[in-house]
Amino acid sequence: MQRPIVLLLTVLAASAAGAETATDLLNTYGSQPVVKGATAPVPTAAAGDRFFHARHKDWSCASCHTGDPRAEGRHAVTGKPIAPLAPAANPRRFTDFAKAEKWFKRNCNDVVGRECTASEKADVLAYLISLH
Amino acid sequence: MPDSRLRHRFRTVARPAAMLVLLMAFQEEVLGASPSDKETWRAECGSCHVAFPANALKPNDWTLILAALDRHYGVDASLDARDLAAVAAYLQAQPGPERPGSAATLPRITTSRWFREEHGEVPQSTWQRPGVKGAANCAACHPGAESGRFDEDSIRIPK
Repeated sequence: MQRPIVLLLTVLAASAAGAETATDLLNTYGSQPVVKGATAPVPTAAAGDRFFHARHKDWSCASCHTGDPRAEGRHAVTGKPIAPLAPAANPRRFTDFAKAEKWFKRNCNDVVGRECTASEKADVLAYLISLH
Repeated sequence: MPDSRLRHRFRTVARPAAMLVLLMAFQEEVLGASPSDKETWRAECGSCHVAFPANALKPNDWTLILAALDRHYGVDASLDARDLAAVAAYLQAQPGPERPGSAATLPRITTSRWFREEHGEVPQSTWQRPGVKGAANCAACHPGAESGRFDEDSIRIPK
């Protein structure tokens, strides 16, 4: 009776500690179809590149993360430094699904004016992972 | 008798004073915040700016701020329910419910009387220096701000 509970707790603890990789997150986002039952679009780094650098309303992703996601960014309002976003420059990035979701939600609302779709997140991740 | 007067003074002054000091020292624990609440506060309230000290605003002001984290002075700073509860416990505020409002109606540390009194001698031009950028950037002049140190001796104003 106790073994499944221990297993569940282990999985929960592992996910809380950020046991995922950026590729895991890419696969999670990349497998979510836009319409229920349809095939999920294949994420592309080129689409993510365009999305990342495009000015959507007042801001783009680059407003805080700079034009080079491997570089240290700076918060557009407060000026506080932001650690690099590309996993090649900062291996801790995108290793915790809940954390990634929290920041996608906030930053997409700020930059795009709505939450991003799974496909948009997958494209951006494909772009960030492609940087070395 | 001097002895009994001393005992009386101990009972009426020293003991309550000591209790007050102890209560202040353990305030967080006494009022229901745990060390992990403090960690959550430091991480969540310190990711875009220095985690501003709990005593910079009144609990009621923090309640207003926490009720509108999705419209947090121009950006979305929303938290999930668990982290929100932890931050609220640390700030001794209420975690909800969400309220309508805008940044204009939210309390600001920089417009509070104590802040204006403490910073009265800082000229406008200093706030605008590139190394300062604005009054929200505590750490520009208070190097110990991240660890809650704001004493006068440690102030370093960037040129």
